[in-house]
Amino acid sequence: MDPVNDLAFLRGMTQSRTRRDAFRIAGFSAAALALAACGVQGKKAAPPKADAVKDFWAKQKQNNQVVFANWPEYMPEDKGPLEKFKAATGISYEYKEVINENAEFFGKADPVLRAGQPLGYDIVVMTNGVQLQHMIELGYAVPLDHAQLPNFNANAGQKYKERGYDPGNTYTVPYTSGITGIAYNTKYVKEDITSIQSLFDPKYKGRVGMMRDAQEIGNFGMYALGIDPEKSTQADWEKAGAKLKEQRDAGLVRKYYDQDYIDAVSKGDVYLTMAWSGDVFQRQLAGEPVKFVVPEEGGTIWTDNMLIPKGAANPVDALKLMDFLYQPEAAAELEEFIQYVTPVPKAGDILRAKVATLKGQEKKDLETLIGSPLIFPTEADYAKLRTYTKLTTAQEQVFNRIFQTVTQA
Amino acid sequence: MKGRLTPYVLAFPAWFWLAIFLVVPIAAMASVSTQTGNVIDGFVQTLSFSNYTDALGRYSNQLLRSLWYGGLATVVMIVIGYPVAYWIAFKGGNRKSMYLFLLLLPFFVSFVLRTISWGFLLADDGILLGTLKNWGLLPSGFHVLATTVAVVGGLTYNFLPFMILPIYVALERVDPRVVEAAQDLYASKTAAFRRVVLPLSLPGVFAGVLMTFVPATADPVNSQILGGTENTMIGNIIQTEYLVNNNYPTASALSFTLMAVLLVGIFIYARALGTENVLEAAATR
Repeated sequence: MDPVNDLAFLRGMTQSRTRRDAFRIAGFSAAALALAACGVQGKKAAPPKADAVKDFWAKQKQNNQVVFANWPEYMPEDKGPLEKFKAATGISYEYKEVINENAEFFGKADPVLRAGQPLGYDIVVMTNGVQLQHMIELGYAVPLDHAQLPNFNANAGQKYKERGYDPGNTYTVPYTSGITGIAYNTKYVKEDITSIQSLFDPKYKGRVGMMRDAQEIGNFGMYALGIDPEKSTQADWEKAGAKLKEQRDAGLVRKYYDQDYIDAVSKGDVYLTMAWSGDVFQRQLAGEPVKFVVPEEGGTIWTDNMLIPKGAANPVDALKLMDFLYQPEAAAELEEFIQYVTPVPKAGDILRAKVATLKGQEKKDLETLIGSPLIFPTEADYAKLRTYTKLTTAQEQVFNRIFQTVTQA
Repeated sequence: MKGRLTPYVLAFPAWFWLAIFLVVPIAAMASVSTQTGNVIDGFVQTLSFSNYTDALGRYSNQLLRSLWYGGLATVVMIVIGYPVAYWIAFKGGNRKSMYLFLLLLPFFVSFVLRTISWGFLLADDGILLGTLKNWGLLPSGFHVLATTVAVVGGLTYNFLPFMILPIYVALERVDPRVVEAAQDLYASKTAAFRRVVLPLSLPGVFAGVLMTFVPATADPVNSQILGGTENTMIGNIIQTEYLVNNNYPTASALSFTLMAVLLVGIFIYARALGTENVLEAAATR
């Protein structure tokens, strides 16, 4: 038989499949299924032993390069602090704005790290939430060598050293903190918003923006009911879920937003919305009619943290960069651009000294920045602020389900 | 000997490709869909088919809504796309390729960016609605964003070329002489279109439906950017279950259900259209 010229054979290769073929393909698939049936391995990590950490760091060398993965708008355009780092240490950097959402980032990083492969980043920045908790629990974060973090130890604010989610900063150091509160468009809202109840006010029907993230919106549901999220139970979450569902069913909420709430409120698609402090501050300086308040019932303070992912190629260089950003000068330069809450209180002194050298609008802008309780909160401000509810893996499923039923109807 | 093996050697890359990028992932997904566990402790195979019933119980609304939005968008695409394809094929003259290029021009911009610019265009006080409101043609509270209209509109806009192109290809192949012949045999223009051109172009419509209905139904982008509180589609749910909740079994079970529903739908549609072999019709349009 000559298959090339055998028409019957060629037809056989190209014609549609019969029932017997279907069984054959099914058999093949079953084989593949057997291959895949072993499941996804769990990788719960034990806390690091001090000796092992020491050994690890003793073996690492400086490679004079570092890859920093961060969120958008978290570094001045001219990369000033990174350039100064390069000049001071000779370590060249690659800066990538690849993180837009914690969950999405974790979802993409997890299979890679689980397989024991490097992510290709030496520093990543993640918010204190369930995903960061997962990174730590799964052993995806390299324990830090505090002997190589002198600036952090000297300059980080006390509040930024006592983190409930990472005691003793074993794995992470803060990059910046921010506050979740309410932003409103003063063109449409003619009163001073002070209370969280405004988000539930029928007057603003269809003009309220809420956040889609379960922890963010969950906290706001709880503030509205006078519940402290840090001490909340499942019953509290359910009450908050019911309250938020009521708000949705009454047609108050226009949409559950990710990062796009800020455009919506500055364009006037929504009149008031849950918002992050720094976003609103940046828009204000751009002259847009938006205002930010921490509701009297409470607001949420969160922290974005730097960590070294497992398998990073340049951990020593990464540690050096982390520490460099804790020099007050570098922190001040970052703060001027980011406009969230800096973990380095001394950056305030540097900015205050800088005000004296400026004139006109620039001076006014910087004075507003320094004077803002959203950027350098007072003790009284801190007293109103809560963190996210701390959840175990089992609780997380329950918590997510309660609030996703509201946000993803 | 060499001659004997040639067809196998030639077919090998395609089969290899299918095996690696279709069969293995689908098998893995099927396996995950019946596992239980969580992301910290890992997932183990327990053959828990209740994952399917649970997922369907919770998300049947979003699944039905997606089929409805996808179907509606597809119908709108046919209504808009057919005349466009007809016009380019029969009246386009020697500028046909330019028209086709214009049609594809927006596709040099990323899908997500295009959808976001729709958001800007349709903003409550944006270029379009703001102007109409200033002229007093619309009440001030009127909005398009965060409604079903915006989502279906976005789907229609984003997938329209994939409807127009196959119809165009089918119409382009229609020999003008058969239309002339019909008219010579006393068919009116309408009758010639209805009894000659339309049947000849149906495979193109069919291919267009395949290429638009499936992605439109599964699309998570339009509902997220343009939708409101009750426009969540199944694609958004799968994304949330996979990336946010790391609930891989539920996400896989939902993906499979969606795939099954779409396949069944397409076969029913093919039967209704009288097409014996679905894929052949698509391939030989």
